[in-house]
Amino acid sequence: MPPPDTTHGDTPAKNATHGDAGAFAQHWRQLCRNPLGLFGLALVVLIVLSAVFADFIVPFDATQVMAGPRLAPPSWDHLMGTDQLGRDVFSRVIMGGQVALLVALSSLAAALSAGLILGLIAGFGPQWLDNGLLLLLDSIRAFPVIIFALAVITLLGPSLATVILVVVITTIPVYARVVRTQTQALSNNEYILAERAMGAGTGRILGVHILPNVIGPLLILASMDVPLIIALEAGLSFLGMGVRPPTPSWGTLLNDGYNYIHNSPWPVIAGGVPIILTTLGFTFLGEALRDIFDPKLRRDL
Amino acid sequence: MTQASATQPIEAPAGAVLLEVRGLSLDFGSSRGRVRALRDVSVSVPRGRIVGVVGESGCGKSTLAFAIIRLLAENAMITAGEVRLEGRDLLTLTPRQMRDIRGRRVSMIFQDPMTSLNRVLSVGQHMIDIQYRDKISQADKRRRAAEALTRVGIADAESRLRDFPHQFSGGMRQRICIAMALLVEPALLLADEPTTALDATMEVQIVGLLKALQGELGCSILFVSHHLGTVAELCDDVVVMYAGEVVERGSVRDIFKRPGHPYTQALLECDPGRIHEKTRHLPTIPGSLPDLVEVPQGCIFKDRCPHAFERCQRERPPHYPVAEGHTASCHLLDETRGNHS
Amino acid sequence: MSALLDVQSLRVRFRSLGMLRALVTRTPDPFIDAVCDVSFHMRRGETLGLVGESGSGKSTIARTVMGLTPAHAGSVRFAGDELIGLSSRDYKAYRRDMTMMFQDPVGSLSPRLTVRSLITEPLRIHGIKDRNRRAEAKRLLEMVGLGEDFAQRFPHQLSGGQARRVGVARALALGPKVIIADEPTAGLDVSVQGEVLNLLARLQEELGIAMLVITHNLNVVRHITDRMAIMYLGRFVEQGPTEEIFHRPRHPYTEALLSANPQPDPDAQLARIEIKGEVPSLMNRPQGCEFHTRCPYAREHCRQVAPGVSHAGEGHVYTCHYPLNT
Repeated sequence: MPPPDTTHGDTPAKNATHGDAGAFAQHWRQLCRNPLGLFGLALVVLIVLSAVFADFIVPFDATQVMAGPRLAPPSWDHLMGTDQLGRDVFSRVIMGGQVALLVALSSLAAALSAGLILGLIAGFGPQWLDNGLLLLLDSIRAFPVIIFALAVITLLGPSLATVILVVVITTIPVYARVVRTQTQALSNNEYILAERAMGAGTGRILGVHILPNVIGPLLILASMDVPLIIALEAGLSFLGMGVRPPTPSWGTLLNDGYNYIHNSPWPVIAGGVPIILTTLGFTFLGEALRDIFDPKLRRDL
Repeated sequence: MTQASATQPIEAPAGAVLLEVRGLSLDFGSSRGRVRALRDVSVSVPRGRIVGVVGESGCGKSTLAFAIIRLLAENAMITAGEVRLEGRDLLTLTPRQMRDIRGRRVSMIFQDPMTSLNRVLSVGQHMIDIQYRDKISQADKRRRAAEALTRVGIADAESRLRDFPHQFSGGMRQRICIAMALLVEPALLLADEPTTALDATMEVQIVGLLKALQGELGCSILFVSHHLGTVAELCDDVVVMYAGEVVERGSVRDIFKRPGHPYTQALLECDPGRIHEKTRHLPTIPGSLPDLVEVPQGCIFKDRCPHAFERCQRERPPHYPVAEGHTASCHLLDETRGNHS
Repeated sequence: MSALLDVQSLRVRFRSLGMLRALVTRTPDPFIDAVCDVSFHMRRGETLGLVGESGSGKSTIARTVMGLTPAHAGSVRFAGDELIGLSSRDYKAYRRDMTMMFQDPVGSLSPRLTVRSLITEPLRIHGIKDRNRRAEAKRLLEMVGLGEDFAQRFPHQLSGGQARRVGVARALALGPKVIIADEPTAGLDVSVQGEVLNLLARLQEELGIAMLVITHNLNVVRHITDRMAIMYLGRFVEQGPTEEIFHRPRHPYTEALLSANPQPDPDAQLARIEIKGEVPSLMNRPQGCEFHTRCPYAREHCRQVAPGVSHAGEGHVYTCHYPLNT
């Protein structure tokens, strides 16, 4: 991925011309006017902070089997009760959030980078390359995600890395296609033609004039994919195909709790609510960002 | 208002006022505040006449046309005025009543004939659909559609009804739009820059066609354009707009031969079509449009006007008569103004 | 005197059918000639107008000369050097001497760059480091009559006229010898058109740049060009000194174009030459004279035989069997 152009002294962020109080401040004000967006942002900040500082938050070792009460309801000692092995559910939820975010962010980062590069090549490169790449990407996309995931897990065995791999491979085509379409649309703009007429090379055109216009919508799209990936990870872990015990995951939490739902509903609630909140948070935030940065996308998506 | 309405009896079919826009003001909401896009705009369209609305981009001429037919963006707010068509104020109608007006009494053609037709429907389908109110057979509708196409000069209309919009050139598509607009036999045709997207030879053909059809059908046309030559050729009366206000109105001859407002004068001078001797220095209007969020006091054109004097700074000029049926909003025309000059 | 830019028998073709479809439908020649046998030349400091309606191929000529569209045949020489067939790396050297302004004043400016970055972009592309970019931007903005405060603005904060000036400044950045201006007044109001044309005329006089002005607007051509060429279906139908063509057009199409220019005068009595119908498709060009399907004066001979090039005085050529005003 070409680095953002550093030769340009003036970036849009410095935009402070006649009365505009800076692009950032303006966007911030727009976000403040959107209560759902603010709510989403608050949730996302909360989730990210709890994941980052998980080690300091958790009162107990999430994996340690304790002698205390099993399947206990919430109490001051155990905020969300304990599970069937006597482990502290609150600690497991927090650590599970860390795992979920780790999977989501690392796989998104990998999928975005790969998708960007492939999309730029397909969108700006010669026709035959575009055709070839599209064929490849569409074949991957044509595969049902769950079947593909099960196949890969059967081959490689269930683990955190396998889950990430599955997510990366299945999301690359989505991003690559978006980038390709955007790149092609942008390449037909007169300013790209003007750049070519001035003698600008492909690298410069892609890096300075196309990438900055593609990356915004792509990041918004990605932020809305976070809950999908978290749900996928939870789903696979629920089925026992994802994160291996004793590592906590919201999915395994659900699975464990599910078996004892008649004894105690707390583990299921503790595993399910974070998934719902994360989904809501990232979705609201993504939608708010989309409305602010790219009102056109609202209809396209 | 124009003298035309005062001097002629209202009952007379020709010459009587068909459309009367009075004191229309319209704002657009924006992040910077309200944009006062139209301010106190009055225009009247007599029956059987072609009225041109001319002005440069940002003068509000298209907004006026869209306000008349009430097809406005969500952030538009009409703050004052009335739009009377055959005596009924269109601004007070319910959306349902308005839709009835749109299909029957008023129709509109747009700037871009490429996007005003749906590309997945055949031309015949378009033209039959538009007659949905008429209780006649499908075959009759088809026959009427073919007649309408023939009338706008499309040869072999019967078979071309089966064709799709992309099989026609830009000029042809504009002809189809005109045929559709006239199929409902409207009393008023609104034309928003219908020739702007066309080549010169096509433009001439479309202007000729509009003129001929108007004579044939007797409808009135409100023709919005930035092209002075086209307006001079087609229209009977002309309204000149600048920055959301009507600055001058009168017959086409008055406006082009004896313009009363300094803006009209400057605009006419700028048109390179008028300058027949080769020159390397073309006239321009220095300065730029005023801010329509904080509309300045006084005359709207004062900052660019070569004749502006002290009164123009503080007082907005009303419309003064220049000649019979010809008015302009400029203090220079105020005969009672005393010893200024 | 040798020509600065010399275009001979230029032909540009586009594929009209995909390779597979051409094979399936057995079309032996799935191409259209967007530009056909076009020859012209420009001397230093001279302005040539290319006039034609949409689809006549005038913008294609510009793009081919700039090396953005490959030529099928013919030659384009700049100061004696052949440009057709150069690799894009070799072409780059000539892009300092030949620059192009595109139609859309705002759309031809990269939306996320400031005006300063935009007008110094050519310096960056050509790796010119010895000039101070800030000072250079100031100098260029001054040349086109914009204040230094414009340097910080973005394209969407400019009016059409201002954006056009920025486009002119960018075209001037490397001190070119030829500027190709594609519809320099497109999308501008009449009161602003004059400003841009005056600016181009002034700069050209001061800097001695040769200019190729592509337009459908005859009013533009009249005031700023020395010579003009009229295009129809990818060919030149008439070429000569502008004043001469305005006063005594030889080709009926030229005359029709000239008379299809509505005058801002309701009493103007126009001897208008109404041309019938529509421009034929490039895919099936008419036999004989290609204009005969629309020509009010066409005779039998025109339907059969394509006219050759005739001369009418100094540098005035046309292709018509029965020329006007002789």
